[in-house]
Amino acid sequence: MTLSDLHRDDWARFTPRQRMQRYAMFLLGALAVGWALGSIDVIWAWVWDAPVQMGDLFGRMIPPDPTNLDTILWVLWETVNIATIATAFAVLISLPVAYLAAQNTTPNRATLWLGRFILVSSRSINTIIWALLFVAIFGPGIVAGIVAIMFRSIGFIGKLLGEAIEEIDKRPVEALEATGASRFKIIAYAIVPQVMPTFWAVSILRWDINLRESTVLGLVGAGGIGIILQGAIDTFNWPEAATVLLAILVLVILGEIVSAFLRRRIL
Amino acid sequence: MGPAGTGRVRNREIQMLKITELVKRYGSGDPVLKNLNLTIEGESVVSIIGSSGAGKSTLLRCINRLVEPSSGSIVLNGTELTKLRGRELRAARRKIGMVFQGFNLVDRLTVMENVQSGRLGYISTWAAVMRRYPKEDIRRAYELMERVGIAHYADKRADELSGGERQRVGVVRALMQKPEILLADEPTASLDPKTSEQIMGLLRDLAGELKLPVLINIHNVAEAKEYTDRIVGMRYGRIIFDDLPEKLDQDAMDKIYSGSPAADRAGTPGEMREAS
Repeated sequence: MTLSDLHRDDWARFTPRQRMQRYAMFLLGALAVGWALGSIDVIWAWVWDAPVQMGDLFGRMIPPDPTNLDTILWVLWETVNIATIATAFAVLISLPVAYLAAQNTTPNRATLWLGRFILVSSRSINTIIWALLFVAIFGPGIVAGIVAIMFRSIGFIGKLLGEAIEEIDKRPVEALEATGASRFKIIAYAIVPQVMPTFWAVSILRWDINLRESTVLGLVGAGGIGIILQGAIDTFNWPEAATVLLAILVLVILGEIVSAFLRRRIL
Repeated sequence: MGPAGTGRVRNREIQMLKITELVKRYGSGDPVLKNLNLTIEGESVVSIIGSSGAGKSTLLRCINRLVEPSSGSIVLNGTELTKLRGRELRAARRKIGMVFQGFNLVDRLTVMENVQSGRLGYISTWAAVMRRYPKEDIRRAYELMERVGIAHYADKRADELSGGERQRVGVVRALMQKPEILLADEPTASLDPKTSEQIMGLLRDLAGELKLPVLINIHNVAEAKEYTDRIVGMRYGRIIFDDLPEKLDQDAMDKIYSGSPAADRAGTPGEMREAS
């Protein structure tokens, strides 16, 4: 049979039945969005008013007031320290947690579930909630902030590192097993080198995230620049709030530059 | 004695590996190895040929217990390997070098670190982590690397090397263990024909220089004939040929590789599953 014997010029990606199913899915999706919009209590007058309010607020923020700049910069530095110290400790603690939570390194079922429990509980609670908890325990201040960020970061770093351990090339591990090396030496020689790139990438990324998270810790009294921002807003000192926001913006951009630089140097 | 200068084996007894009635069964299926018997003595280079799924790889991995044998006995120089556990097993594994098809190097470590990883069973954890290798081990590493032509790569990362060079690193890593036997699982299957011949020649020469028995799984029958002293043909978990290379005629080849497997299955009626 040659090609010209095939008198077929009809082709469709989907069968009619599949097409109907797809239309039905789109319709369902649209209905869900409509229902969601209808069931939340939006005060539309305020939404339409927002551009005017924005302009008003912006007008009050200009020009930014730099009289407290020294204090703001000092507290901003404190914020950087909160992020850096918390990231460093979180990285150290997440190493054994990742080891427990990775299926191919964990000693047994119980330790696997312990590792996963630590990861899930750390990750399912927001930094601000952790901060509220630790402000109650340690009192207001940067210690509460550091511990809060640390607790949230352990889950993040541990999970990504654990996944990296699970995805390693197992052949070198087999080769070192065959040489009669102990468990620990196999980890040091066959697993650690393979997860090193992920380790650095995840640590730098988390430091970057923590820098931004530590700017809001002050809202719940856990140290950092947020305290000054909160104070400025509460006293309607909009020019100073503007200075703080600008300072945070500059910090975040700097953090982005530093982490991009580190990533290029290390990876 | 070759330039590797390893006089340690000069006065030793003849090496011997004796496998008796070895059975390996994965799950509840047909065994992959069926009451297999094999003895290897002295510095001979033995190749194991057979189609994929014949059980060659499983046989090799049973010897160093990367695969757990179901029953039977494997004795290397007086030590029964199948019953060992934990520390004793690791001590026995040090005496068994292994070379892999995929080289199985740690890509991000240097050639020297990869080579020294063959000594991990001997040195302290602290020395291993800090890369403080004993002077004697470093000397031996340089000698062996010189012997196989990779000494100038010592500080290069393993993933910067070509396939043939990587396999040389794999061979040196195995020899660093001061093994009593060398196992090679398809050591040349990932290499081009020329490099493949070089590696086979190297394995044969090293076996002679170090007075080491070498057991090689191989697909390339021409290489098996040229570079080894004895050929073992496997089919469906049994050894159906075991003789000198020149005895491997067309008839024997047909039995090992060819067509209808009905004759082989006579021992296991009705069982159509092939081990892989």
